[in-house]
Amino acid sequence: MSDFISQFWGYWVAGIVFLSLLWLTYLLKSQSVVKLPKGQQADVTGHKWDGDLEEYNNPLPFWWMGMFYITIVFAVVYLILYPGITIFPGVKAWSSVGQYQQESAAKEAAIKPLYDKYLKVDIPTLAKNDEAHKSGQSLFLTYCMQCHGSAARGATGFPNLTDNDWLYGGKPENILETLNNGRAGQMPAFGAAFGEEKVKDVANYVLKLASRNYDAVRAGRGEATFAQVCVACHQADGKGSQAIGAPNLTDKVWLYGGSERSIVETITNGRKNRMPAWKEALGDGKVHLLAAYVYGLSEREQTAAK
Amino acid sequence: MQANSALEPQTGVETFNYRVVRQFSIMTVVWGIVGMLVGVIIAAQMAWPELNFGPYFHFGRLRPLHTNAVIFAFGGCALFATSYYVVQRTCGVRLISDKLAAFTFWGWQLVIVLAAITLPLGFTSGKEYAELEWPIDILITIVWVSYAIVFFGTIAKRTQKHIYVANWFYGAFILAVALLHIVNSMAVPVSMWKSYSVYAGAVDAMVQWWYGHNAVGFFLTAAFLGMMYYFVPKQAGRPVYSYRLSVVHFWALVFTYMWAGPHHLHYTALPDWTQSVGMTFSLILLAPSWGGMINGIMTLSGAWHKLRTDPILKFLITALSFYGMSTFEGPMMSIKTVNALSHYTDWTIGHVHSGALGWVAMISIGSIYYLIPRLFGREKMYSIKLIEAHFWMATLGVVLYIAAMWVSGVTQGLMWRATNADGTLTYAFIDSVKASYDYYYIRVLGGVLYLGGMFLMAYNMVRTIMQGKSVDAPIPALQHAHA
Repeated sequence: MSDFISQFWGYWVAGIVFLSLLWLTYLLKSQSVVKLPKGQQADVTGHKWDGDLEEYNNPLPFWWMGMFYITIVFAVVYLILYPGITIFPGVKAWSSVGQYQQESAAKEAAIKPLYDKYLKVDIPTLAKNDEAHKSGQSLFLTYCMQCHGSAARGATGFPNLTDNDWLYGGKPENILETLNNGRAGQMPAFGAAFGEEKVKDVANYVLKLASRNYDAVRAGRGEATFAQVCVACHQADGKGSQAIGAPNLTDKVWLYGGSERSIVETITNGRKNRMPAWKEALGDGKVHLLAAYVYGLSEREQTAAK
Repeated sequence: MQANSALEPQTGVETFNYRVVRQFSIMTVVWGIVGMLVGVIIAAQMAWPELNFGPYFHFGRLRPLHTNAVIFAFGGCALFATSYYVVQRTCGVRLISDKLAAFTFWGWQLVIVLAAITLPLGFTSGKEYAELEWPIDILITIVWVSYAIVFFGTIAKRTQKHIYVANWFYGAFILAVALLHIVNSMAVPVSMWKSYSVYAGAVDAMVQWWYGHNAVGFFLTAAFLGMMYYFVPKQAGRPVYSYRLSVVHFWALVFTYMWAGPHHLHYTALPDWTQSVGMTFSLILLAPSWGGMINGIMTLSGAWHKLRTDPILKFLITALSFYGMSTFEGPMMSIKTVNALSHYTDWTIGHVHSGALGWVAMISIGSIYYLIPRLFGREKMYSIKLIEAHFWMATLGVVLYIAAMWVSGVTQGLMWRATNADGTLTYAFIDSVKASYDYYYIRVLGGVLYLGGMFLMAYNMVRTIMQGKSVDAPIPALQHAHA
């Protein structure tokens, strides 16, 4: 009761529930004595409205009263068995939290042997197991597809997991770390520090790094700024660093788009990204299986390509 | 027939105020078309998501516009029209104030127009069926209090000793909706178009669904039962089946409905005891609800043959059948084990529409068809054949709609709970979306049929009005209480 309002209301509501059921029973009882002799028509009440509106005074249908009584009896029995009258938890001492814990514990116990078996297998081996791959896919479609897509190909801002390009590394331990503890990606905003022109210059140098069409004059000016500022994370060669999740700028993979406009937007306003941590919610067994599924995606993709 | 005597204009005789009834009746049809058109549009947006354009024409903003338009604009106008008509005719007096009645008409239309502007703009308090922001909430309160004054004032000066059963239901509806609206809309404004509820957490959810379910109970059920209690016996030309039954089911209904709200919050943060009480009282609600259906349908005993030839009666009786069906379905869905399957699925949408299209709209349509000729000095509608066509379009439309949503809802419920031996879910959420598409197409078809019927009604109404002219029926000489 304390989870809702004060104790007083417990007694208040319990009292009203009790009186309500009594009142409904009384209402019914008061009418159940009225019966019509066989073969006799009910009379009209004698009141008349709007010219011709009248009312018969038929007794209440028997089956209808029976149905009414049954629902009242059901209510009384239910409120004795289950929590309902606030101050009394019910004979069965049932609670929705209790039922949930019981059912999920039973379910967890039933699947534990399977996940324990998977936990003993290392991720590259497990990734080749079709049974595990199918289970992993089910998990992926429940927890991961909202961002990464049902085919794990990602979307703007959400990494593609099938292309063997990794922001934080694609080794089993990297993927496990990402899944267990999540990742927080941050590209700082340089719009205010650089100014519009300088941002465009740097963007053109980035385009040059990626071997796309660029303005040579701007790229020339941008290279100096890049060497001064951007290298800190993206390294001198622009290949980034998986240790801190700084993307490689020389490949064809663009998390937020590789057009001049997108790059300018990224440099000007920065980007913030977050992969949630799943350790608490899923537990080691499911994380292990998911890691194997994700690890296997790039490999399966490559095998399919060959 | 009273309508005939009304054909001759009479001067110097005291008349009923039919003007406000005419205004609300016409707007019932207009808002019916608008609200159902928005309904068809959002149904189409579910079937073809490409139809979501920009922020203003997006499902998220059009959906509350649809619900507000059909419940409060279409349903509300039908209730104003019929309650003003019924209260005058069964009390044998004119409304106590023409000016205040006119204010309720223009005030209510202003509320609707403001809703139609602010909802697409994204102003919302986020409470389902109570989305309108605080300035509009205050306007609703003022209009509603005026409505109560006109209605109860007219009852107070009645020449009939007894108050007719229809007025009990209308009266309960007016009082309950005032209470519900004021309590649920309590909010702290932070700007002209933004406010925050004074309640928080589970209490806020409980207050919202106490409101939400009683909006169904008093706005969409009790009030339309009032409509039923006048127009069914009138159109059938038969006395109401049982006065006794009307007394018992009235008190049981208005009393029990107030408890049923928690069934909207099964398996949530709401305390278990609250959910149990909500469920048991929802089950008890079955018999009181059916009392109204029995009384309506049994009124026709001895006059069943009229159903063959009278499409207005068909509307009224079919409405009662859908009422009986959805008030059986409702208590079943409130059982926690059933709710675990049905909640959050299209089943709920189907259930709501068997009530909204089948019961509320059909009883309103039948009643408006009854009213229009009498308000415009005609003996009957311009075309009975068109009413017949409307009836079949509407019936087919509802059946397609709810059958599609039942199948879709049960499919979704089963897919969401299916698990594999490895403990994972068998289907991704998107799988259930894909599985629903076929039913979404059928729903659009059902909606188009229902909307099409409303266009027939509008045409029929315009032709009837063009043939006739506005008349205010004279008040018959004092009818003695025991005539």
